[in-house]
Amino acid sequence: MALAIDILSWISFVTGAFFLFVGSLGMVRLRDFWARLHAASIIDSAGAGLILLGMALQTGFTLITVKTLLIVGFLMLTGPTASHAVANAAFASGSRPCDLVHDETSVEDAPTAKPKSKRAKSPPAKIRTRKATR
Amino acid sequence: MFVFITLVILVCMVVLMIRLFAGPTLYDRVLALNTFGTCTVLLIGALGLLSGRPEFLDIALLYALINFVGTIAVLKFFRYRRLGDAPEDEEMIMAQPDKIREQT
Repeated sequence: MALAIDILSWISFVTGAFFLFVGSLGMVRLRDFWARLHAASIIDSAGAGLILLGMALQTGFTLITVKTLLIVGFLMLTGPTASHAVANAAFASGSRPCDLVHDETSVEDAPTAKPKSKRAKSPPAKIRTRKATR
Repeated sequence: MFVFITLVILVCMVVLMIRLFAGPTLYDRVLALNTFGTCTVLLIGALGLLSGRPEFLDIALLYALINFVGTIAVLKFFRYRRLGDAPEDEEMIMAQPDKIREQT
């Protein structure tokens, strides 16, 4: 029984360590804020959840296990909320993904077409557009 | 076992430090700080189990709470430039141009 618990917690530790490493590597290597959000979310949910699950298996089903699972539940609640708050603040400040393509050949954005709504008249000022080449 | 996981968390925190110092915008730094706080929670728990003092998990739970509230507070401060009540009409309209101007 103890061996089975050890094996299970080793599996979740190694998987969690893999996700932690991949997430931290992605925080450095990815080139855009909106791409780095994915890496941060991997660390917040998968890495932390799996490592704390392995710790909960190791503590031997006492009150400490309950505390560890409480931390897991709390991180599962607050991690996505914090990521959404950061993304919302960045979006409100005018940042947009760097690969966002403004397709000038589509019908809706043709210069002769009349804008359909009020919103089309005044697009957000700071969108960085790149001309579609095809 | 806990030595392994502690070393992995330390390596992860060192790599996150790079983004924390080199992030080109504010939001990169806030995101890296939030993730760094999550890694700190894991590190406190792992150190507590490593040294045989599981009371550290209480501190880890408290740190998770403070980390979340701190992230929201930093974002709110940099959006509204104050930490108290959210500002009234004028500044809200300046902050969210698309949504509110359509309604009024």
